[in-house]
Amino acid sequence: MVAVDLPESTRPAARRSPAARGRRAAGRILPLVPAFALIALFFLGPILWCVYASFTDVALTGATASTPHLIGLRNYRRMFADPAFGQSLWLTVVFVVGSAVIGQNVGGMALALLMKSRHRIARAVVGAIVVGAWVMPELVAGFVWYAFLADDGTLNAILRAVGLHGKSWLYVMPLLSVIIANVWRGTAFSMLVYSAALSNVPEDLLEAAAVDGASAYRRLRHITLPLMRRAVMTNLMTITLQTLAVFTLIFVMTGGGPGTKTQTLPIYMYQSAFKFYQLGYGAALAIVLLAVGGVFSVIYLRMMREEI
Amino acid sequence: MRRQWALVMTAVTVAAGLSACGDSGSSDGKTIKVAYQKFGNFIGADELFKKIKPVFEQQNPGVKLKLIPIEADENSYYTKLGLMRRSKSTAPDVAYEDTFFVNSDAQARFLMPLDDKLASWPDWSQFVAASKAAGKAGDGHTYGVPMGTDTRGLWFNKKIFAKAGLPADWQPKNWNDLLTAARQIKAKVPGVIPLNVYAGKGVGEASSMQGFEMLLYGTADKLYDDQTKKWVAPSRGMNDAMNFLKTVYSEKLGPTQQQALDPHWSDNVAAQELPQGKLAIALDGSWLPQGWIPGGVSAWPDWSKTLGTAPMPTQNGQAPGKVSLSGGWLLSVGANTKNPDAAWKLVQLAMNKENSLFFYIKGTQVSVRNDVTSDPEYVKGNPTQQFWTSLVQYTQYRPAYSVYPQISNQLQAATEAVVTGQSAPDKAVNDLAGQIKQLAGPDKVEGTS
Repeated sequence: MVAVDLPESTRPAARRSPAARGRRAAGRILPLVPAFALIALFFLGPILWCVYASFTDVALTGATASTPHLIGLRNYRRMFADPAFGQSLWLTVVFVVGSAVIGQNVGGMALALLMKSRHRIARAVVGAIVVGAWVMPELVAGFVWYAFLADDGTLNAILRAVGLHGKSWLYVMPLLSVIIANVWRGTAFSMLVYSAALSNVPEDLLEAAAVDGASAYRRLRHITLPLMRRAVMTNLMTITLQTLAVFTLIFVMTGGGPGTKTQTLPIYMYQSAFKFYQLGYGAALAIVLLAVGGVFSVIYLRMMREEI
Repeated sequence: MRRQWALVMTAVTVAAGLSACGDSGSSDGKTIKVAYQKFGNFIGADELFKKIKPVFEQQNPGVKLKLIPIEADENSYYTKLGLMRRSKSTAPDVAYEDTFFVNSDAQARFLMPLDDKLASWPDWSQFVAASKAAGKAGDGHTYGVPMGTDTRGLWFNKKIFAKAGLPADWQPKNWNDLLTAARQIKAKVPGVIPLNVYAGKGVGEASSMQGFEMLLYGTADKLYDDQTKKWVAPSRGMNDAMNFLKTVYSEKLGPTQQQALDPHWSDNVAAQELPQGKLAIALDGSWLPQGWIPGGVSAWPDWSKTLGTAPMPTQNGQAPGKVSLSGGWLLSVGANTKNPDAAWKLVQLAMNKENSLFFYIKGTQVSVRNDVTSDPEYVKGNPTQQFWTSLVQYTQYRPAYSVYPQISNQLQAATEAVVTGQSAPDKAVNDLAGQIKQLAGPDKVEGTS
């Protein structure tokens, strides 16, 4: 909701009676009603149902499928007593920090900085390659990485061709594999955001600093980055929320395994709700996932508000 | 003027939104909806219902048959079916139902009891008793007509056996015979995997059912006691089954840990390891030829000459000497169908002698109808069919309770801990028993050791 504040004097309503103002407000709000109704129906409705379901024992089969009971906080208590949940939460945080906050964010920034003031053709080629990975559907990206890292996959074929021994990458280092795949897939987004933000950094400021003898590092640290602060925070928030929700990529590459070594919260939620048929418990996990996203968002918003 | 325009737009949008929410399917009893699985190799049900659709509509004028093939693997099929059933307007009138969910779906009131209808159906006497029992829920009512079953036992490669000096008509009498043969193969035929027993979470239910439970049900213990209505854990049998797995994997008689824990391992066994002669003995299922027959995903014309079959023996050869576990599917009628008579007519038509035979052959099913079993058409094209059908009289079904999928998941984790050497067998069993108590409730579990 963006509220546009017009100067008081230009508002004709200010000179009208309160009743007329009310009618006018109604006339403005009315066209929005269908949009609100749709949002309520397809967005708010499911969320509210999810909140409600998380306090019940509703299941996909069994007696509680047709007659669920309210069970208070039992789902949540069970969750916090379940070591599998703690592990999933930890894996989710590692996955988000590793692939989004560090991988995509730093990678995107580095690419944007390196591509700035390069030749037009070099920019076009690098840009096309990186964005190519990004426009690929998640399912295809997952399969590409599975084919690359599998036992008889491309990577091992290359290693064998140069006389090295391959490894079962998805078995030996599953979490690192999915993190790298997600960095590969998502870096383009950060690169695009940072390229746009970089073009807004005034050249004369950088030139003036250079004339004053500031090194490239100091120009980056004290001029470019502070000016890009908002772009960085917006980008971090976006990619964090996207990465929290990554399901397909991991599901295709490892299925959450081996064992539970890549079972992040979305995978754990899927397993509880649709493999063990416990919709209520799955809904409770979804609420917790929502809360984790909320915590990250609050941190970023706080950081954005702080002035330098 | 503008406001009126806005009002009109609002009304139009809301109306469109509401009509989109309405039910577009018909629930007036004029259409019978049948939901079934169609996935990869498994197109038998789809072919069956396509075949009988014109017949059904001709026999029942005014009633249409709507086919709903659900393209999903077994687990996702069940999820989708469960979601369809959450609303009366989307629930199918007839569904392809895993025997294993009969109890929990009956409790959920998704299914209609068929006792009266079955009593007056002459064909019902042709069905094997064990398969009839599989459609019966804990409340004593029968909720479906069996569409065939599967059985489990040993496949072995006669060529590898000849090299190892083992007979082509090998029939192990107990677990020890099995291990002895595997050790002999390891010593004499290097480079092949002597014996595959599924374990670990990678292959999922295959590891519980073809692996651990095929061992456990050959001991004196079971996973669930039908008399006391309790899960049995820990038990001596569980310890012995885990020790068997430990022996297989620690003596390197089985696949490597990496192979065994790969989610695609069960597919690889059927599509590569057995056809390429890399595996000597496989504890597996009756359906494997599905992929080897002409037109299968890994067609292998010589399979019936190369492979032999043997029943899985009990631990010490104790009676009845053979172990098999079965799954199997039913045709069930939905509890909320508007036209139960037409739905029941469809089930009768789909599962009469002719159509049962059609489905058994298309779906590589083991017959549960006596009149089909004795039909020469049934064994034609699959020489092992007779063997697998002979196991039906020994076969047992998994405990069909809604908590089973979670317990099965813990079983898989426990076998994984044993084959990777993370836990000793008795510790794995104790941990497992703790997990089962937590999942089923402590009052629903009894230990025997």
